[in-house]
Amino acid sequence: MSGISREDVAHLANLARISIPAEELGHYAKQLDAILNAVAVVSSLDTANVAAMSHPVPMTNVFREDIPGVSLTAEQALSGAPAVEDDKFRVPRILDEE
Amino acid sequence: MTEATMNYDEAISKFDPVLGLEVHVELGTNTKMFCGCSTVFGAAPNTQVCPVCLGLPGALPTLNKIGVESAIRIGLALNCEIAEWCRFARKNYFYPDMPKNFQTSQYDEPIAFEGYLDVEIDTDEGRKTFRVPIERAHMEEDTGKNSHVGGATGRIHGADYSLVDYNRAGIPLIEIVTKPITGTGKYAPEVAKAYVAALRDILRGLGVSDVKMEQGSLRCDVNLSLRETPESKLGTRSETKNVNSLRSVERAVRYEVTRHAARLAAGEQIVQETRHWHEDTGISTSGRPKSDAEDYRYFPEPDLLPIAPSREWVEELRAALPENPAVRRARLVADWGLSEIDMNTVINSGALDLIVEAVDAGVDPAAARKWWTGELARIANDRAIELEELPVLPSHLKRLEELIAAGSLNDKLARQALEGVIAGEGDIDAIVAARGLAVVSDDGALLAAIDEALAADPAVAETIKSGKLAAAGSVVGAVMKATRGQADAARVRELLFEKLGVSE
Amino acid sequence: MSDLIKKDASELAALVASGEVSAVEVTQAHLDRIAAVDGAVHAFLHVDTEGALASAAAVDVKVKASEKLSVLAGVPLGLKDILATNGLPTTCGSKVLDGWIPPYDATVVTKLRDAGIVILGKTNMDEFAMGSSTEHSAFGPTHNPWDLARIPGGSGGGSSACVSSFEAPLAIGTDTGGSIRQPAAVTGSVGVKPTYGGVSRYGIVALASSLDQAGPCARNVLDTAMLHSIIAGHDSMDSTSINSPVPDVIAAAKRADIKGMKVGIIKELSGEGYQAGVRSRFEESVALIEGLGAEVVEVTCPSFPAALAAYYLILPSEASSNLAKFDGIRFGNRVGDDGTKSVEQVMSETRAAGFGPEVTRRIILGTYALSAGYYDAYYGQAQKVRTLIKQDFDAAFAKVDVLISPTAPTTAFKIGEKLDDPLAMYLNDVATIPVNMAGLPGMSLPIGLAPEDNLPVGLQIIAPAMADDRLYNVGAAIERELLAKWGGPILGLAPELAGA
Repeated sequence: MSGISREDVAHLANLARISIPAEELGHYAKQLDAILNAVAVVSSLDTANVAAMSHPVPMTNVFREDIPGVSLTAEQALSGAPAVEDDKFRVPRILDEE
Repeated sequence: MTEATMNYDEAISKFDPVLGLEVHVELGTNTKMFCGCSTVFGAAPNTQVCPVCLGLPGALPTLNKIGVESAIRIGLALNCEIAEWCRFARKNYFYPDMPKNFQTSQYDEPIAFEGYLDVEIDTDEGRKTFRVPIERAHMEEDTGKNSHVGGATGRIHGADYSLVDYNRAGIPLIEIVTKPITGTGKYAPEVAKAYVAALRDILRGLGVSDVKMEQGSLRCDVNLSLRETPESKLGTRSETKNVNSLRSVERAVRYEVTRHAARLAAGEQIVQETRHWHEDTGISTSGRPKSDAEDYRYFPEPDLLPIAPSREWVEELRAALPENPAVRRARLVADWGLSEIDMNTVINSGALDLIVEAVDAGVDPAAARKWWTGELARIANDRAIELEELPVLPSHLKRLEELIAAGSLNDKLARQALEGVIAGEGDIDAIVAARGLAVVSDDGALLAAIDEALAADPAVAETIKSGKLAAAGSVVGAVMKATRGQADAARVRELLFEKLGVSE
Repeated sequence: MSDLIKKDASELAALVASGEVSAVEVTQAHLDRIAAVDGAVHAFLHVDTEGALASAAAVDVKVKASEKLSVLAGVPLGLKDILATNGLPTTCGSKVLDGWIPPYDATVVTKLRDAGIVILGKTNMDEFAMGSSTEHSAFGPTHNPWDLARIPGGSGGGSSACVSSFEAPLAIGTDTGGSIRQPAAVTGSVGVKPTYGGVSRYGIVALASSLDQAGPCARNVLDTAMLHSIIAGHDSMDSTSINSPVPDVIAAAKRADIKGMKVGIIKELSGEGYQAGVRSRFEESVALIEGLGAEVVEVTCPSFPAALAAYYLILPSEASSNLAKFDGIRFGNRVGDDGTKSVEQVMSETRAAGFGPEVTRRIILGTYALSAGYYDAYYGQAQKVRTLIKQDFDAAFAKVDVLISPTAPTTAFKIGEKLDDPLAMYLNDVATIPVNMAGLPGMSLPIGLAPEDNLPVGLQIIAPAMADDRLYNVGAAIERELLAKWGGPILGLAPELAGA
C-alpha cells in the first residue's frame, strides 16, 4: 500500500464533508501514513480460510412487529434544530441533485 | 436547450438498445422499516418521527418483520432465489434528506436474486412473450422530503434554501433491479412499459403496496444504452428519473434511444449521467453532473443482525402466494372463452375476483360477468361505493340464474330481487315471495291483459295487421306496465300476433 | 467533609433504605464534594443540582411510604456524557454537540432513574470516546485525583475520576477498546465492560457499533456488581442486545471463591515491555491467585499482536459512518450559514469547526479504509483478524475459566506527554482491545501502586461471553485478599484533594 498524499487527504475530507485547511493537509497525510504503516500488519496474517466476523453476537432474525409505537412531537423533533421554518428543518441551498 | 434526436425507426435500424429498469416499491406496512413510527400518509410535518428515523445520536434501528416478509414474497413472485443468510449494509453519502447521512440498504447480499418476469407485448408478428431477467430485490429505507424555497420553479436550481420533513424518512422500500435487458430491438419501449405494468399487477396482487406511480409508491428509473449490434460490447448508459407513469416509461425509453442515436451518429460520446424526464415536453434533461464519482463505502450494518429466512418459512410464504395475475388472466380468458376486450372490461370494473368467486360457487361465467360488470357495477357506481361492499353473494346469483332458467323470473324481475338483497330484505326466495316477483306466464292472464291494451288503443290492431309489426311494441309495453313488468314480454308478443293472425 | 462520601454504594443504599440517612443528605454531601474538588479534577461537564436533589427527594418519599426500592436507590452517580439524557446537555466531549439537549433518554438512563439512582451530572470524556487520556475533550482534560498533573485515562476519564475522587460512589462509562478498564486501572478504581450485547446501546452515541458497550464503574467489586445488575438486560430497542437472563453478578461478587479455578495468563499480554511496576504488581497478583487455590497456566493467543492494528481499522471505519450525522442540519451547532453558502459547504465548515484533530484523523482514516479498492485490504481484512482473535479466546477458554493480564502497559502518564504521538497513545489499549474485538466481558481491578511512581496499577480479568459473573467472583476474591493486605482500600492512599 502506497502512502497517503495531501491530495488523498483532500479527497477524503471532501467525501467526509470536513473542510481541512490546505496548510494542515500535509500534517494529516503524514500522521495517517504512519498509522497505515502500523496497521498494515493485518495483511501479514493468514486469513485465507477465515470468514470475516459478522457480529460479535451469534444471533439472527431479530424482528419487530409491525405495530405503531410512540413518535416524538414536532416540537421535540425540532427542539435541537439550528433553523426551523413551517415546522420543517431549514437548510442552506442544496447544490447536488439526488 | 433541447438536444438533437434521430428518427426512432432510423435509430433502431442503426443501433441495438439495451434496457435496465430499477423500480422502487413503497411498502404499505403500518410502521417504518427500522422504527415504530406510523406510515399514514399526509401527517403534519415532522410528527411521524422518532430518534431512530430522525437520526438522533444514540438511536438504533429495529427491523420490521412485515418488511422482511414482503421482500421475500416479492422475490418469490418474481421467481427469485431467497437468500439463506443476508445482511443490511450502510450506503454512506451526505444529503439533507438523509438523517444519518447513510442509507440502511443491502449491498452484496440482497434478500432475493436471480429471478425473471415474463411480459407480453404486441408485435408485428402478433402477441409475444418476453422474459425480463431480474438481478435482485432488496430492502432499504426511504429518505425525508425536501421542498425548495425561493427558486422560480420550486425545484433545486436557483432555490435560496430548502425545508426538510422527515415523516417519510425510513418508510420501507423494496428495490427491484433487472439485469441488462437485451434482444428487445425496436420493442424496447413496449417491453419496458409492459414490465412495469406487470410488476405493478403482481405487487398489487400480493397486497404489499398500493403501487400508485403518480403518488410515488411505485417509482421507476429507466436506464438505456445503445450498441452497434447485439454482438457489440455494451454502450455507455444514461439513467432517467422522474418517470411517473406507464406512459412516461414508454416515452422515456423511446426518447433516450433517439437521443443516444443522434449523439453516437454525430461521433459524440454518451455522458454517463442521471437525467430528469419531463412528461409535459416529452424530453429528458441533464441533471447536474456529480462532482465526485460517488464512493458509497458500503460495509455491513453492525446495528442489525443477519436475516436467515428458514426454508420452512419461505415455502410457507410461497404456498400462500396468489396466482401470478397475468397467468391467471390468461387462464380465465381461456376457461371462460372471453375476448381480450371483454377481459379488459372485467379488469377495469374491478370485478375479476368477485366473478371468479361466483364461478367457483357454480355460477355460469357469462352470467357472473353480466351481473357484476352490468347491474351491480351500475348500482355501486351510483352509490359511490366499491363493488366489494355490496352484500351480494355467489349464492344469490346462483339462485337468480336458476329462477331465470326456470322461467319464473326475467332479467327485470331479477334486478328487483337484487335490489332487495342489497336492501337487506333477506335471501332471493324470501324476497321473491315477499315482493310477489314472478313472471306471469299464464296465457289466460296474458290474453286478458292484451285485450285490455287493445281496447285502450283501437287503432293499433289495424296498424299491426297492416304490416307495421313494430307497433306491437306499444301493446307489449302496456301489458308489461299492467303486469308490473312480470309478464314474459316474448310470450306476450307471440300471443298478440297469434290473436291478430299475424306472423313475424 | 462529610464521611458519607467515603462510604461504599452498598452502605449508602442501606442507610437510605433504613431511613437512617436521607437520600437528599447523601446527594447534598456529594454535590458539596464536587463543588470542593471538581475545579481541580474537572470530572464533570455538567452538574444537575436541581434534578439530582429532586430525584433524591423522590426516593425519600418512597422510603417513608415503605415502598420497595432497588438495591441502589438513593445512591448518586456520574454519567459519561455519551449517554443521551432527556433534558440534560449531552456533548460527547465535542463542540459539535455543545448545547444539544436530547429529547429522549438512553435505555440505561431510564433503568438508572427507575432504580432511584441519583444522576449528579455528566462526566468528561475524550471527544466521541476517541482517546485514552481524556485530553481530547473539547472542554479541557480531566485530572487524575492521584496526581492532578496526570491523565485519568480515557476515553472515560471523567467517570473514573469522579469515582476515585469520591465525587460519587458510582459512575457509568462506555468501553470500545478499554475506555472503562484503562481509566479504572490508572485511577485505582474498578471498571467492567460487560459482554457485548449485555447492556443496551440504545441512546449511547455510537463510536464503533460492533465494539461499544456501557458498563459500571465504582470503588469496589460489590458496588460494581450491583450497578451492573441494574443496567444489564435485554432491550427490544437494541437489536444487538442479548436475549438471555443477566448472570447473577451480585451473588458471584459475594461468593468470592476461586478455589479449583483455572486462570490463564495470555503470553502475548503478559507484560513484556510494560512499565516495571506494572509487571511486578501483576506477578504478585498471580502469586496471590495461586495462594487462593486457583491454578495458573500460560496460554497463547498468536493473533493478539495484530489486534491493535485491526481495531484501528475497524473503529475509524465504523466511526466515520456513525459520525456522519453530525452535520448541523437537525441538531447541534451549525457553522458558516450566512445565507449564501450551500448546504455542502455549511456541513463541511460545521464539521471542521466542531470536530477536534483526533476525531478528524480517525474519520479520514476510516473513510480511506472503507473506500472502493481499499475495503478488502483494510476493513475486510480487519474483520477476519477479529475472527482469529475470537478463535484464540475460544481455544484459551477451553483450557481455563478466566484469563488475566495487566490492564494497561503503564501507570497514569503526564498530561501532554503523548498528545503529539497518536500511535503512542493507541498503545495504551493494547491489552484491553482484544476483549472488545471478541465481544467478551472484562474487568479492571486495582492491585496496588507501582513502586517507582506510587500510581495505581490494574489487573484485567477476562471471562467467556455471557459469563460476566465469573469476573465478579474472581475480582471479589482477589480484592478481599488485597484489602486484608493493605488494611483498607487503595484509594485510602490517594492524596487529599485541595479544597476538600
